[in-house]
This record gives sequence, structure tokens and C-alpha cells, in this order.
Amino acid sequence: MELHELTVHELHEKLAGREVSAEELVSSFFSRINSLEPKLRAFLTITEEKALMRARETDKLGKYEGLDGIPFALKDIFCTRGIKTTCASKILENFVPTYDSTAGRRLEEQGGILLGKLNMDEFAMGSSTEHSAFYSTCNPWDLERVPGGSSGGSAAAVSAGETPFALGTDTGGSIRQPASYCGVVGLKPTYGRVSRWGVIAFASSLDQVGVFSKDVRDCAIVMSIIAGKDPLDSTSVELEVPDYSSFLDGNVRGMKIGYPREYFQQGVEESIKTAVMQALKKYEEMGAIIEEVSLPHSEYALPAYYLVAPAEASANLARFDGVRYGLRDFDAENVIDMFSRSRSQGFGNEVKRRIMLGTYALSSGYYDAYYLKALKVRRLIANDFEKVFNDYDLIVSPTAPSPAFKLGEQTGDPLTLYMNDILTVPVNMAGLPGMSIPCGLVNGLPVGMQLIGKAFDEGTLFKAAHAFEQNTDYHKMRPTLGVK
Amino acid sequence: MSKEFETVIGLEVHAELKTATKAFCSCTTTFGAEPNTQVCPVCSGFPGMLPVLNRKMVELAIRTGIALNSEIPEICKFDRKNYFYPDLPKAYQISQYDLPICQGGFLDIDVDGEQKRIGITRAHLEEDAGKLVHQGDITTTPFSLVDLNRSGVPLLEIVSEPEMRSAREARAYMEKLRSILLFAGVSDCKMQEGSLRCDANVSVRPVGQKEFGTRTETKNLNSFRSLERAIEYEVRRQIEAIEDGEKIVQETRTWDEEKQQTRSMRSKEEAHDYRYFPEPDLSPLKISREWIAAIASNMPELPVQARRRLVEEYALPEYDAAIITLSPDYLEFFDQCISIYNDAKIVSNWMMSELNRLLNQNNMEISDCRLKPADLAQLLKLIDDGSISGKMAKTVFEEMFKSGKKPELIIKEKGMALISDEATLISLIDGIIRNNTKVMEDYRNGKEKAFGFFVGQIMKVSKGQANPAVVNKLLKERLSQ
Repeated sequence: MELHELTVHELHEKLAGREVSAEELVSSFFSRINSLEPKLRAFLTITEEKALMRARETDKLGKYEGLDGIPFALKDIFCTRGIKTTCASKILENFVPTYDSTAGRRLEEQGGILLGKLNMDEFAMGSSTEHSAFYSTCNPWDLERVPGGSSGGSAAAVSAGETPFALGTDTGGSIRQPASYCGVVGLKPTYGRVSRWGVIAFASSLDQVGVFSKDVRDCAIVMSIIAGKDPLDSTSVELEVPDYSSFLDGNVRGMKIGYPREYFQQGVEESIKTAVMQALKKYEEMGAIIEEVSLPHSEYALPAYYLVAPAEASANLARFDGVRYGLRDFDAENVIDMFSRSRSQGFGNEVKRRIMLGTYALSSGYYDAYYLKALKVRRLIANDFEKVFNDYDLIVSPTAPSPAFKLGEQTGDPLTLYMNDILTVPVNMAGLPGMSIPCGLVNGLPVGMQLIGKAFDEGTLFKAAHAFEQNTDYHKMRPTLGVK
Repeated sequence: MSKEFETVIGLEVHAELKTATKAFCSCTTTFGAEPNTQVCPVCSGFPGMLPVLNRKMVELAIRTGIALNSEIPEICKFDRKNYFYPDLPKAYQISQYDLPICQGGFLDIDVDGEQKRIGITRAHLEEDAGKLVHQGDITTTPFSLVDLNRSGVPLLEIVSEPEMRSAREARAYMEKLRSILLFAGVSDCKMQEGSLRCDANVSVRPVGQKEFGTRTETKNLNSFRSLERAIEYEVRRQIEAIEDGEKIVQETRTWDEEKQQTRSMRSKEEAHDYRYFPEPDLSPLKISREWIAAIASNMPELPVQARRRLVEEYALPEYDAAIITLSPDYLEFFDQCISIYNDAKIVSNWMMSELNRLLNQNNMEISDCRLKPADLAQLLKLIDDGSISGKMAKTVFEEMFKSGKKPELIIKEKGMALISDEATLISLIDGIIRNNTKVMEDYRNGKEKAFGFFVGQIMKVSKGQANPAVVNKLLKERLSQ
């Protein structure tokens, strides 16, 4: 097997067994990146020189513990000290932070080596990575299709073997949906489980940092490193972080799994339903108890989400005003004109659309009808989940209603695009952990299954997802990097 | 005949809380540092940065709430107040909207010897903005510079009920509030430096009318005097407008110190829609009853308690006690003085007349004063033991105030000590009697007035330094010999 095909734990074995040096490993990933990028375009910035230097330092120390010598990449929403962080937006095209995100820093402290920054929808707003201000990323399974989004670069890069793992963020499905489209494992942890410090905010009450990996074990390894309280993020939770690898025992006997009927209804392609139902059958064979459940307020999740998220975004993105950093229009007549011209030029259409939606929803006279009502719906959605979790350990559903769509196919109609998030958004609204793992192929395109757990019970997700892997081969599927 | 009008005033006061670091980051809060030297990615609104609540700021707000008799709810929360301005780096201010840290409360003011209770609506925590530096006027400056040193400095906004009925009451409220904040140790309250700021909501209504008139909000009031003047102006303006048949427009106005008038800044229609919503980066704040109790049990002495102490322990008049307790530094001065010189009324007289006059003349706070309380006490002792006359003491006091020198030293340097030495005075007296034998005869023949002539002569010759008591005694003796 080639190095780029290996998982984090396999690469670690090779390093620890001195079969390969960190420098050789990192170099091999850059040759992979350099050969694939012209057609894949998953990266926005490549940090080859820094990475090789770090790899040589690692080899000099000759110690290969934790992530020592293991390459990784970050969605370009994670601030990186001394390295451009654009959020795929013109407004931050030349922004170089003086600080690192906590999650990225923890990976580097454990010896991980940053390869570069990954493409995304501008400010994480989108489900296809076509809303990047710079270029679209292609799906490694079919280069004419989207990788999903907003963390499309992360999903594509892991799927294509450009990086062993990557971090992304998930506000309404931005990790799980691209993981599903690209046939990789994607975890959105419980809200508050991973620090948001140094991650450019989209919707602060929904954003959560998570992992893309080739298999569940890798995901558990990375998650054990990035999770945990951060004094710099007041919303991160003071709770002990278990060693997630300890959940990987392959045993789901007696586990109670509910599948919500609302997640298998209209709008979800038949082939997808079939793939997920087959996976559920598999769980049953493995000794789990499978029952249909109901999450009755699901249909209100999407409209409520499109009030809460844009409302918070309208405030979070207000700081990009051209005063202190980022794009500024120097021809402006006065300061108000400068704000408006800088923002007009700096933001793309989807971002502007959501800022306007959010501003409207918070406006005096509309607040109660929109924002406040959305918060109430949010509570109802969380209650739905709580009720089911009184009796069940896990909820399983499809991750997205369809497999990856073609580039350019859905850019005209934002509402259709928003429907991609219909199965993932409720999980963010309730703040729960959700994971997408590959569970089938439809017309040669990967299909993802979503596992939803109780708050801070990522362990059960790892247990169930790993057990599925033990009994199937979907996680071993690799993309063809061609056109179908 | 024109109708009688009643004035209705409510004040919104912003007090900078005395924390070592900012509200949501660890930058220091020292006033007057070089521009943009007390900033970090958090308080300058960089991408991906998050606020972390300063515990001290919450503690100071609780202390204020206790001092203002407010209720401190178990849960309060933070909200974002959104508006674009170059000195507001995040383009929103973290504030508290519907669940503030302090609810209700009151303070008592004295006006014309009457006490009046003014209700407090609420007090909420928020962060300050930075400031803009213009070249000359904001409308003509070719560019503006942004200084973010103040950005993120913690503020407590204290909102009163509309229960003041005159500019003097408003001033008394402001002075009382300031003294409470100073005694509670929560703010420096320096109006000139902007650590205490005030907006006045003013309306008028015909006497007897129940509904409030339309109010205006006046900003930029950075001294007690401008607060009083601006309200007086605004009341006059509103009454005249109503009498001319005009309608008062709800608007924000600003006080022009130079022209001594208020002028319109923006109308209600132009007012910002702040789009408040809960701050998602900070969880709602739970304040335990134990924490409040611990803070309450460590409260410093407040003005109302200090005042009672002065009246009960030193038998000072209420008026004196009220003035001395306007600031803790002032009270401290009194307390130190009285520990050395125990006539409270005399100390109080000197503080309220001479000391206050000099402080006002020099636009100084007592804390900036070089004169030490022990030195005033010493001066008073020197008057008592006849080393110096009361009149001369005032001159010495002025010099003490100016230079901070000890009274004895000034008296010595200026040769102002009274001559009490009997031998010296006798030779002086005898000389004068010798040169004025005619007057001496008059005195001996019963002309009482002649005695005064001799005293005058002695004072003249001694340049006023002869101790009058001693002179009286000796002169009588010498004249009757």
C-alpha cells in the first residue's frame, strides 16, 4: 500500500517502526498534493517549507509518539499564526493571524505537521464549496461533482489521500454532509466539547470543530487530542475527556438504536434510504435493537436554523469593516461609505444573502416573530431528541438526502441548496454529537449514514461506528479521481 | 398667563469599573497610555477571538448593587448590541439587555435641607468602545485615527427612574451616586477622564398632568456643572417651544460647552436599531447567594454610614457631615486630621472653607493635594497655643497647600511666628510709652481709648507679630506702673 492510502494509526506504526522518516512521509504527501491539486483544488494554501522543516526536526528528535510526524490539514477557517487564513473570502484574502486556534495548536503540540489550509464555502456558508471566493473543489469520486460543504476541501483532501486527516467545522452539517459525499468519516462533536478559540465564527451557538478521517479509529485518536475545556472559550465544557479509542470494542449487542421516521420521508432519495436501512439491518445482525422513533418537530428545524444562524452571522461578520484588517476600499468618500464599499466588494453573494436575512430577523419589530420564535423551535427540537434518548442509545439516519450533485447544478437556487442540510441541521440545533460514516455506494458515489448521540456521549458514536466498520468494507473504498 | 411646568429628569450614568484588566481579555486598563498599546486580538475584534468574562468586574457590579439597595438576580445574561462605528471593533458591544445584573434600588439625596429618595431602575454591565482622534473638527478632519486602549474596558450603566424634578436634584443625585461609587471602591469616577459619564433624559409637563411629556436625551455632560446647565437650558428650551405652540421632538441632543446650549444630534427616526440578541459566546451568568453574602460582609463603609458616624461621634451638623462624606478621600482627610486634633467642628470649618476654596480655585481633587491632614492638625494646634494668629494661619495654610511644607517651617521661613517673649515685648512697650508720654497721661486720667492706641503702635512696630494676649497683659502692667 502507498503511504497516502494509510490511516493515522498505520502511519504511526511505520514511523515508530522506523520504516519511514517523518521527512519522507511529509514529502510523499506533498508529491501527492502536487500531482492531484491541479484537478482537485482542495487546498487554498500549502505550507510545504514549514512542514518539511518540522518533519526534519521530528526526525532529529527521533521520538514518534502521539502525532509525531503525522501530517494533517486545516479548513481555512482555523486561524494559523503566520499563515494566511482567508475563510475563502476576498475580505480576508491577505489576512495573516498572529495566533493559532486551540484545536490546531493541540494537534501541533502532539507532533502533528500542518500541510496547508483547505478550501471551503466562504465563511462556511454553503453545502458545496462552490461559494469559495477563490475556486471550487472537486469530488475525488467524480471530478464533475461537488465534494459537499462547507468543509468540502477537508473532505476531498482526506478522501483523495492528500492528508491522513483534517479538521473542519460544522454549523448545520458542514462536516457530516461533505464526509458523506466524499466517503470518509466525519464527526461533529457535542457543542462545547471542542474549543472554538481561533476559529472564525459563523454562528457561534451552532459552530463546532470536528474531524475528517479515513476510519473511526483515526477519528477517535484525533478527537482525544482536540477535545476538552479551553479557558479561552467560555462555551467549552469542563468535562473529563475519555480515551475515545477505548470505545472501539466492536460490541453493539443490546444497543438500542432508533431511526426517526421523519428522516426517511420525502426529499430523501430512495437509494439512500435503502443503503441506510441495509446498514440498520447489519446492526440488527450484530445484536443491536433497531426500532422506528419519531422526532416530530424535525420539519421546523431548517427554517428555524435559517433564522438563528444568519442572525448570529450578521453580528459575527460585522467586524469585517475594513478598519483594522482585511480588504478596504480606499476610494471611499467617508467612513460609512468605506464600510459599505469594503463589504460590498469583500463578501460573496451567499454571505451577503445571509447577513441580510439575519439583520432582518433581528430587526426591531421582527425579533419576536422570527428570532425569538426560532429559539423556541430550537428548544422543541432539543426536547424531541431528549425524549428519544430516554429510551435509546443512538439515533441513525441518512446524512444527506442525495449523493454528491454536479458542480453548478444547484448554485442558482439557494433554497434547494439549503435542503441538503435538512438531516444534519437538527443535530446542531440540539447541540448533539453527530457522525457520518460511509455505508454504501449509489451509482459509484459514496453514501453516508448519520449516527446521532446524547450530549457528550461521543463514546457511543465511536463504539457503534467502529463496530459497523468491523463488519463492512465501506471504509476501505477509495475514490478513482476520475470522471464518471 | 403662561402655565406652570414641572420638569421630569432621569439619568443614565456610565461608571468605568476599577478592574486591573479589561472586561473580556487580559489587557490592562490604565488611563492615558500611548495609543493602541493596551490592545490584543480580543479587544480589537480579530477573527476567531472569544470573550472571557472578568470575575472582578462582576464582583464590583455586585458591590454597587448592594450599595444601591438593588436586587441581584440569580441569573443575568449578556447580549450583543449591534452598530457600526470605527471605534467599535467587533461592530457590536457586549452589554446586558433584558436580564441585567442589578434590578431596582434607590439612593437618597439632599436638596435645600430636604431628603428625597430617587429610584434606580437597573444597572447593567457592558464594555466600552475605543475612541477616535480627529485633526480639529470631526466634520472637516482629513482623516481620523482609532485608539483602542479603551475598547473593552468594563462599564456599569446605572439607570435612574424619572424621579428628579430639577437640575439641582439631578446634580445632587449625580454627586451622591459618585460618592457611593467612590466609597464602594468600584470606580475612580473621574468625569474629566471619562470614567464617569452621564446622559440626561429631560421632559416637561404642565403641573398636574399625569403623562410624561416627550423627552430628549442629552449627551456629552462631563462635569456636574455642565449637567446642571444643560438641564436648565433644555427645560427652558422645551417650555419655550411648548408655549410657542411647537411639539417637542424625541431626539438625542448634545451639550455644547462653548455655546452653553444643547443641539440636536439625531432624531428618533435616525436612531440606531441595535438588534439586541443573546451573546452566544458567553453562557448566562449564575451568581450564587453565597458569593453575594461574602461580598456584602466585606463592604467598605458607605456614605450613609460615614455620615451617621460623623454626626453621632463628633456631633457635627448634618450639613457638614454630608459634605465631608462626598468622597472617601475627603472623609479620610477628616478622619486623619481628627485623630491628631480633636475639635471636629474646627477641622470641618477649615476643610469646608479654606481647603475647598483652594481645591476649587485650582480645579484639584483632594487626592492630588500636597497638604497633609497631619499638617492641618498641626497648624490648628499652633493657633491654639498662640504661636500664630488665626489671620496669619490662613496665609500659612495657602503656602502649605501650594508647597506641601510643614506649617512650622513656613512660619519660620517667613518669620511669621508671634513674639511672646516678655522681655522683648517689654522693651518694645517701654520704648513706645517713652515716646508717647502725653498719651500715657491721658490713659492714666481715665481715657480708655488710649490703650488701643498703644496696642496699635506695638503691632505696627512688630509687624503684627506681637502676641496680642501677651501684649494686652504686659501693656496693662506697664501703664499702671
